[in-house]
Amino acid sequence: MARGDGSRAGRLAGWLVAARAAWSGLRHRREVLAQEPPPAPEPPPDPDPTERIVPANPRYETLVAVLLLLGAALAVAFVVIYIVLQTNTQLLGLAMGGALAMLAAAAIVAGKFVVPQETSVEQRDDLLREPEEKEVVEMVEAGGEGISRRGLLVGASGVAGAAMVGAAAAPLASLGPPAGVLHQTPWKSGVRLVNDQNQVYAAGEIQIGAFYTALPEGQDWESFGAGLMVIRLPSSMIHLPASRQSWAPQGIMAFSKICPHAGCAISLYRYPTYQPTSAGPAFTCPCHYSTFTPGDGGQVIFGPAGRPLPQLPLMIDAEGNLRAAGQFDEDLGPSWWSVRRT
Amino acid sequence: MTRLQRIVRRRSERGLRYVEARIGAAPAIKWMLRYVFPDHWSFLLGEIALYAFIVLVGTGIFLTLYYIPGDHQVVYHGPYALLRDQQMSEAYRSVLDITFNVPAGLLMRQVHHWAADVFIAAIVLHLMRIFFTGAYRKPRDLNYYIGLTMLMLAILEGFAGYSLVDDLLSGMGLAIANGVALAIPGIGGQLGSTVWGGQFPGTSSFLPRLEVIHVFLIPLTLMALIGIHLAMIMRQHHSQFPGRGRRERNVVGTPMWPAYALRSIGLLLAVAAVLFLVGGLIQINPIWQWGPYHPYLSENGAQPDWYIGWLIGALRLMPNFEPVIGRTTVIPNPFWGGALFPLVVFGVMYAWPALERRFTGDQRRHDLLDRPRDHPTRTAIGSAFLSWVVIVFAVGSTDRIFVRLHISYQSQIYFWRFGIWILPIAVFFIARSGARALKRSEAHPLRGWQGEIVRRGPDGRPEVLSETAGEPAEDIEPPVGTFDGQGG
Repeated sequence: MARGDGSRAGRLAGWLVAARAAWSGLRHRREVLAQEPPPAPEPPPDPDPTERIVPANPRYETLVAVLLLLGAALAVAFVVIYIVLQTNTQLLGLAMGGALAMLAAAAIVAGKFVVPQETSVEQRDDLLREPEEKEVVEMVEAGGEGISRRGLLVGASGVAGAAMVGAAAAPLASLGPPAGVLHQTPWKSGVRLVNDQNQVYAAGEIQIGAFYTALPEGQDWESFGAGLMVIRLPSSMIHLPASRQSWAPQGIMAFSKICPHAGCAISLYRYPTYQPTSAGPAFTCPCHYSTFTPGDGGQVIFGPAGRPLPQLPLMIDAEGNLRAAGQFDEDLGPSWWSVRRT
Repeated sequence: MTRLQRIVRRRSERGLRYVEARIGAAPAIKWMLRYVFPDHWSFLLGEIALYAFIVLVGTGIFLTLYYIPGDHQVVYHGPYALLRDQQMSEAYRSVLDITFNVPAGLLMRQVHHWAADVFIAAIVLHLMRIFFTGAYRKPRDLNYYIGLTMLMLAILEGFAGYSLVDDLLSGMGLAIANGVALAIPGIGGQLGSTVWGGQFPGTSSFLPRLEVIHVFLIPLTLMALIGIHLAMIMRQHHSQFPGRGRRERNVVGTPMWPAYALRSIGLLLAVAAVLFLVGGLIQINPIWQWGPYHPYLSENGAQPDWYIGWLIGALRLMPNFEPVIGRTTVIPNPFWGGALFPLVVFGVMYAWPALERRFTGDQRRHDLLDRPRDHPTRTAIGSAFLSWVVIVFAVGSTDRIFVRLHISYQSQIYFWRFGIWILPIAVFFIARSGARALKRSEAHPLRGWQGEIVRRGPDGRPEVLSETAGEPAEDIEPPVGTFDGQGG
């Protein structure tokens, strides 16, 4: 803070006046802008916009000093809060944000009301200088003086460059295996369906109208195709193609949980609450709202998915538990160039 | 002069002399100090982006020191009770630890996230300013291409950043990114299995790769491009709006030293202040609520950060068109919305300066900016194109409109599949006639009042008291290319 003879109260009053002056100064500027008069009728032929105003206003200097010290105080407060309260995000943010705001105000007040305000003019360079450009071309060409087999050398350099780029890029192939891995699925015939607590699903516990997530027993649950959706439909709602007649024992059906559009897990299932008027049963992906009907084998009825939801054939074993009766006969997840479709 | 001031002055003179004797920088420093910045508020948008980037680097370094890009499954034992004893990836646990255990960790994470949103928003607004004022024209087209490249990198960088967390939301985002990668015709399958190291969600090397991309490759590229961007601006000098004494061949404004430097530092501090205040007070991306990602889980009502919204809108809007020839899926569906759409948007923007040169035949150098009205056709095309992208962006939230207003989701999608083509055409004609009317009247839509003051006399006849309709001042040089018959 500037050294002065006045009392503390006097200084406080001083910078309150300064703040008031700053505010009215800003307001005044705004009014001037708002009431910009129509341009003068006869301006001078080549006006000179340069000007330099030296504000020399000690009040603003005091205001800047006060703002800087307030900023410093809030920065110290940040450190204190950090040590004492540690994880109080709100107070930490207020202190740090406040400190930065005070410093910002100090810099802006200093930039607008303390230092000289200057408008000046600079001339732009010519960017295009044709003689120099020509000289550059000549200098480069002079570097090839006396070379007779220019075409051969340029061609050979091109071949070498391309070969080197190829060689440098080749190791990128080790980043991942051939695309064939995309056909993988953890589901094969005989694998039992379990819930996320690793409990086996019994056929008897699958209710009509409910929706179950099943995972492959003893397989990697973090693999892409692990999740299944299991539902039970009354036989009146099942219209599977002839080749899939045995896939839904007791009306229990399993579909891949991974949407064949972009690979999100499907999480929405609708079942008609009042059959004569409600829409039929359907799965909907929460990412892009592709909608599939389970009764006819996962056909797309709405949304961007380009192929049906893959269905897994099921069987009920001797203990009454659900098992895969085979593999998926198409690929899981998003489509790609060589995706296996039904 | 006080003793302290004398010491400070002697010290700084000695410091300058030290540098001077070794690299002879005085002419360059002098040039820098006198460098002139034309004053206009819209010129600050790019600066805001730059300063948000600085905050991103600072908070990002803090976060990198704690983040672990591990995919193996661990059990959470931290202070957040609702996730205790759950299986999750090491990466997600490390971000929970940053959030709940590291002092000021949540503040830094939220400031970082807010700064990313502000960074990209400032770039987009800056781009709009550049487009509608014709600042991309020769000689600044090269710099405009660099700016577009930085916008693309910034979007990728933001996506990579929030994908590192490996919470349920970011896992779903990565699944979609994987779907879009696989959808690229021909090479998609191999691209996906190369980048992820196999089938989604990838091998343990995927998160470390993503981290290297997020904290090293893209930020370094951005820094290099920012350097080139600024160096090119300084070489050409800023463009400026027409005004008193402002000519094509000069630049009028505030010199760097001292007023502009102080104001710009003030803006840097103000941007940082706002980001720290919102980062401390307004919650963003509460990852503890999303829970850990597993491929068999998803959440409903998931929305990405705003700058990905246009892509999710395009993916949702696209009909289920997926052409198949024989056993080959030629164009898997996510390609249309997730890859082709952004390619078209950026392709049009990259091509625009050359297209405009071809159609107007204008090969001249431009250093004075246009007002949007000066080129009604350009303004109309830009507005229509912008509305096209903004509609797709808005379609990304039709599910929220369904939840809030109960307008059928399917009806909205069917409507916009046509609306997306009709509305921009309407915007084109409205913007063009608006710009033409403004050009004729020279009224300013936002500032002042234009018109006549009329009083009705005792005989009932109106009498004009004053008129404020203004013509441009005589000393304003119209920008090159806006004379009659040359403007769009």
